[in-house]
Amino acid sequence: MLTPRLKSCAATAAVSLAALLGLRAQSKPDFNKDIRPIFETSCYSCHGEKVQSGGLRLDQKASALAHLTAGNSGASAIYLRVAGVGSQQKMPLGGAALTAAQVGLIKDWIDAGAGWADAPATSAVPKKKHWAFVAPVRPALPAVKNAKWVRNPIDRFVLAKLEAENVAPSGEAPKASLLRRLSLDLTGLPPTPEEVDAFVKDASPKAYEKQVERLLASPHYGEKWARQWLDGARYADSDGYEKDKPRFVWAYRDYVINAFNKNLAYDRFVSEQLAGDLMPNATQDQKVATGFLRNSMVNEEGGIDPEQFRMEAMYDRMDAVGKNILGVTIQCAQCHNHKYDPLQQEEYYRIFAFLNNSHEGAIAVYTPAEQMKISNILRRTKEIEAKIQQRNPAWQDGMARWEDAALRAPQPEWTVVKPEVDDISTGGQRYILQEDGSLLAQGYAPTKHTVKLTVKTPLKSVASVRLELLNDPNLPLGGPGRSIRGTGALSEFTLEAAPLNDATAKAQKVKVARATADINLPETPLDPMYGDKSTKKRMMGPIGFAIDGLDETAWGHDAGPGRRNVPQKAVFNLADPITNEGGSVITVYLKQNAGGWNSDDNQNQNLGRFRLAFSADAKASADPLPVAVREALAIAREKRSPLQTATIFGYYRTTVPEWKDDNATIEALWKEYPEGASQLVLNERSNVRETHQLTRGDFLQPGKLVTGGVPSFLNPLPTDGPVNRLAFAKWLVSRDAPTTARSYVNRLWLAYFGIGIVETAEDLGSQSSPPSHPELLDWLAVEFMDKGWDVKAIQRLIVNSATYRQNSVASEELQAKDPYNRLLARGPRFRVDGEIVRDIALSASGLLDTKIGGPSVNPPAPAFLFMPPTSYGPKVWNEAKGSERYRRALYTFRFRSVPYPMLQVFDSPNGEAACVRRSRSNTPLQALTTLNEPMFLETARALAQKTLNEAGAEDSQRLRFMFRRVLSREPSKVEADELLSLVGRERQNFSTAGRDPWKFAANDPEHPPTLAKNVTPEQAAAWTVVSRVLLNLDETITKE
Amino acid sequence: MTQKFEPVNPIKLSRRWFFEQCGVGVGAAALHSLLAESGYAAQVDPLAPKIPHFAPKAKNVIFLFMAGAPSHLEIFDNKPMLKKFDGTLPPAELLKGYRSAFINPNSKLLGPKFEFKKYGQSGAELTNLVPHLAEIVDDIAIVKGMVTDAFNHAPGQVLMNTGAMQFGRPSMGAWVTYGLGSESRDLPAFVVFSSGKKGPSGGSSCWGSGFLPTVYQGVEFRSAGDPVLYLSNPAGVDNQIQRESLDSIRKMNELHLGATGDPEIATRINSFEMAFRMQSSAPELMDITKESKETLELYGAEPGKASFANNCLLARRLVQRGTRFVQLYHEAWDQHSALVKDITQNCKDTDRAAAALIKDLKRTGLLDTTLVVWGGEFGRTPMVQGGEDGRDHHPNAFTMWMAGGGVKPGITLGESDELGFNVVEDKVHVHDLHATMLHLLGFEHTKLTYKFQGRPFRLTDVHGQLVPKLLA
Repeated sequence: MLTPRLKSCAATAAVSLAALLGLRAQSKPDFNKDIRPIFETSCYSCHGEKVQSGGLRLDQKASALAHLTAGNSGASAIYLRVAGVGSQQKMPLGGAALTAAQVGLIKDWIDAGAGWADAPATSAVPKKKHWAFVAPVRPALPAVKNAKWVRNPIDRFVLAKLEAENVAPSGEAPKASLLRRLSLDLTGLPPTPEEVDAFVKDASPKAYEKQVERLLASPHYGEKWARQWLDGARYADSDGYEKDKPRFVWAYRDYVINAFNKNLAYDRFVSEQLAGDLMPNATQDQKVATGFLRNSMVNEEGGIDPEQFRMEAMYDRMDAVGKNILGVTIQCAQCHNHKYDPLQQEEYYRIFAFLNNSHEGAIAVYTPAEQMKISNILRRTKEIEAKIQQRNPAWQDGMARWEDAALRAPQPEWTVVKPEVDDISTGGQRYILQEDGSLLAQGYAPTKHTVKLTVKTPLKSVASVRLELLNDPNLPLGGPGRSIRGTGALSEFTLEAAPLNDATAKAQKVKVARATADINLPETPLDPMYGDKSTKKRMMGPIGFAIDGLDETAWGHDAGPGRRNVPQKAVFNLADPITNEGGSVITVYLKQNAGGWNSDDNQNQNLGRFRLAFSADAKASADPLPVAVREALAIAREKRSPLQTATIFGYYRTTVPEWKDDNATIEALWKEYPEGASQLVLNERSNVRETHQLTRGDFLQPGKLVTGGVPSFLNPLPTDGPVNRLAFAKWLVSRDAPTTARSYVNRLWLAYFGIGIVETAEDLGSQSSPPSHPELLDWLAVEFMDKGWDVKAIQRLIVNSATYRQNSVASEELQAKDPYNRLLARGPRFRVDGEIVRDIALSASGLLDTKIGGPSVNPPAPAFLFMPPTSYGPKVWNEAKGSERYRRALYTFRFRSVPYPMLQVFDSPNGEAACVRRSRSNTPLQALTTLNEPMFLETARALAQKTLNEAGAEDSQRLRFMFRRVLSREPSKVEADELLSLVGRERQNFSTAGRDPWKFAANDPEHPPTLAKNVTPEQAAAWTVVSRVLLNLDETITKE
Repeated sequence: MTQKFEPVNPIKLSRRWFFEQCGVGVGAAALHSLLAESGYAAQVDPLAPKIPHFAPKAKNVIFLFMAGAPSHLEIFDNKPMLKKFDGTLPPAELLKGYRSAFINPNSKLLGPKFEFKKYGQSGAELTNLVPHLAEIVDDIAIVKGMVTDAFNHAPGQVLMNTGAMQFGRPSMGAWVTYGLGSESRDLPAFVVFSSGKKGPSGGSSCWGSGFLPTVYQGVEFRSAGDPVLYLSNPAGVDNQIQRESLDSIRKMNELHLGATGDPEIATRINSFEMAFRMQSSAPELMDITKESKETLELYGAEPGKASFANNCLLARRLVQRGTRFVQLYHEAWDQHSALVKDITQNCKDTDRAAAALIKDLKRTGLLDTTLVVWGGEFGRTPMVQGGEDGRDHHPNAFTMWMAGGGVKPGITLGESDELGFNVVEDKVHVHDLHATMLHLLGFEHTKLTYKFQGRPFRLTDVHGQLVPKLLA
């Protein structure tokens, strides 16, 4: 019997055929036979039971008939929209257009009176839920005949299928290949010849399992597996888009490495990345983890609307969560209901709402050693302060007197003003007015500009202007400036004024007589990181620099790490008050000139958030007390917290001359405060940002307001705790989440076997490719969760299986029957990822620097790549000297717009979007890279020299040494013959008179390396030819 | 039809076939020609030539991407009323909902800076900035009704290239190469050059393969030095050593192929042989000294120099050698200020060579099958930016031109309003341009699809209408 679904398909097919045969006009269409199936397939997802876009329900007679004029298709919206007639967008939005035949049927149906008989009963039968949307249940292990072959449950599922297909599994791979496979899989590095020897010699029954444990415990395990996660996390070291500035996110990369090495449970791993900042007493690591969401690209080209690109970043985050964690395509629902999966557009925006309430800033992060140092500084400061207090039992009285005086000192009256920003003066930066009257600088950050701010004020007299620099969570390290340290600088403060109600009056310059600030640093030359290629002597220093008429001097507030990211203020007294009975138009110019020459390299020192205020007090001066102290003083003495009292004391002590030695000691301590690094993170906003469903995904067309929520076809949201990003994170990794565990074990499988159990690893939804072993996928997912989301445990299970340990040699029949190895009747064999291609060469040559973590490095690359017209703007690529050249490829600095050539050519993604399944191409450009790229040549030379220096004097010894380092196995007789004959010929070649072998064999022919006794440069060159051949073999860059 | 363009599995080459047809140890060159000519290539090589949906007019594309966005008002779109109302504010209703990049939209109108004249039999209007284009105006179709959705450079360029502002989609060159494969055995199918003051704002995503297999991404060429990265033999290695090394690599790979039976090794052998051939074919391609003096003169090309002119000549040489898609970026057109001086210079740098390319393709008979497209990511505002010599980004109306490959020559299509602000007739959205380009290449744009994330994606996303008026 046909299922209802098949019936309707058959009906449609028949109708289309009829239409093709020109039978259409001869009989009027039947609603249930001809029209309803079209509505069902193409329209119900937006105009059906669940959603009624535009109020239209095509599954209900009354609603549908209200949108047409029976007998007149030309006056019927339903027909006009599907036909694409008129100015409105053609229906269905986002789906395949109806065929001409279908449109014709609808036309004829309406013209014939739009008859609508009630539906036959069958179409009410609910559709079966797609397998991946039902939580996995542990399946029973299937029975197999060849039980001896089975090592663990994985093998039962694989063998059951093989036996059903009448295919026998392959035998176990030779020990040397097996260890190379295992090492490449678990650490991304080939085994050393010694490791191979030890394994081959080990005859104990658990010899292999011992190797598994050794490699799982290796710190390189985290490096290998971090890379797969970073693909999905679209990790890169730059912003993307036109400016593509370097950004600081390597702390996140290190977090991922450490998480794998620590074997952080996957549910924890995911929830920290989604909401680590919201966890109770969040650690630095947990905050850094939220860098996952911040890996979106940022457009800071001139003239952008920051909100538009914040929204683009939001879509990117949604996509990354969908592909990388849920394993469900959710992107489609950005613009309309999902066409295939039961995801509604509103549900998309409800998930969106969870992610939409964050500031986008950067925090300072410190290594464990630096963290120790910081706590030491804080502890020592406290100790010294306690000693001062012990020595001076009356300190409280003294402080009270000082406080009273500070509170008594008259404060000028300030009127905060909200200036208008002149568009042309911003240099492309956006100044966004905040509720408190301050301006927040976002978007492109020019390195030099003078912003023009105009205030129309009713004040009759303005004698002083105050400029407050304020913190903001969206600024680097909280600001108050926009430099990567969160600092800013003011080169010149000037102003003009005119009467408010006199359009003819010309603005007059106003002289500033005096300026004060709460921070006045000593005059110091500008940090070279802001170099502008000029020969001018550029200085930073006290507030006087802002009114000295010199563009190359600036008032700065960089009091050093630990103390620079606090609010500051300056007050400017006018030489003559601006006095106009009817108020004034006052224009303030803030010249910000202390940046460098290259805005694409983080060289700005712009003010990040600031606020202006006016006063009639001509003698007003900047309050010398730091904002935090002033705020603490405002609280009644007995109501202050110990911290507030300590804050006041910390400032008060500096005013007491007798304590100057202690003050100096503390000051010296703080000079030691570590610089740390910076990391993009999320932090939650306190005033909740509203989220709207966006019509067609356009942020300029907000629709209805939505709140955080999850799709109804998946598991429900946990009910314990507030409905926020943390709840969403918990939901993703809840035990009843149908796709999360399946999606991740499938990706692990993909890394081992080259293809997932579900081939479309990014999408397990209804359009995904069917799983090759559905029960195995479910079994692994349940096992994963039951064992506490233990990533190493599930990998241990995979690599210990007989399935994994099979020989990868394919018989002719097997190759023909199963070219993609979907049946798993043999071991995996495929080219390793680009990073590992490079790491293998580095490792075999002995050059590899095994340091783990830290800032990304710049190995050799052609300089022109980073200069126009290849790069949009000039980029800094200071080629690493010494061993940093030879760090693992994981640490290579990744500019999104200019990918590192070797990695790009070997299919590494560039971080423009989440990638959970890499292409694996095989191209001539790859051949040119491994043959001729300087780094590969360096590895070939190093390997040859190492061989000549260490392997013994016989050519056969040398060949074996080299061969084993590259391929982890012994050469066969015929292989040895080929290569020994090559080395003989090349020795001849390089011995030709007039030929300098070092030209090829040395990185720097002027300074060739030292060779062992009796080794000649000709030998070095000849053996470099051989090592280059070995490093270029298919087998070398293949896991087999 | 759609199924036809799912990726081809390079592993389909069976071991039996390899051994029986090729025999291990066959010379490398012979191996390649067997692979390519046996008809098996289509299954082995994802870049093997493929047949489109219907008979194409164009086989190749040369896209001259004028990055930074040239002003339509200074070159193509004659607006006397804009001149008349120079210095006045634009009508308020025009600005409703209009977003601009740098300026307050309510800025004064700026009259065109150059005088227009009619040229050719078609009588197309151009300014004297482009005297060479004026000579071939009867060979091109000027499209004055272009509109786009983006008004910032990187998103605009990525939209023009991939049909989406969001990054991560395949570029048109990747789509075309995916659909048609490559005619060249020794050179990449999709080649990108860059000249001008800066690089493209969209970076490598402009020619990326997105979710298509990476073999379809554009390969960057340089017009001076090694055209392709790592093309030259290492210092101290002559061709003899290189050949001997490659022979050893091949021998070893063949031995291993025999031992493992993985046809991927055959593909690797092939890749190395093609790399070796590219080592001679790419320098041969780049050697424009082989061109006649008259040809060099036509383009204004000078051997050894990196310039847009050299790149145009190289584009012709690539197309001659079977490269499918050539894209030339010239980033210099972002005239927020110094409009008169800079646009004059840009036209000097590009006009002659762009026109020469059309003349040269025409006289060599390649124009019939080569589609040439000229244009930037958007237009420029009729309103002034800054004092009186600059224009901001403008997505509502701009001009491109197309030639060859089945494009109707000697026409001007579309019209903007009297201020050059909105398109009022024959609007061509970026998606429509893509649909039309694909049509000329033999594709129904809605059917050139690739399934990713559970849905069939296409260059035109869910949009795009063929522009029949542009077809010859």
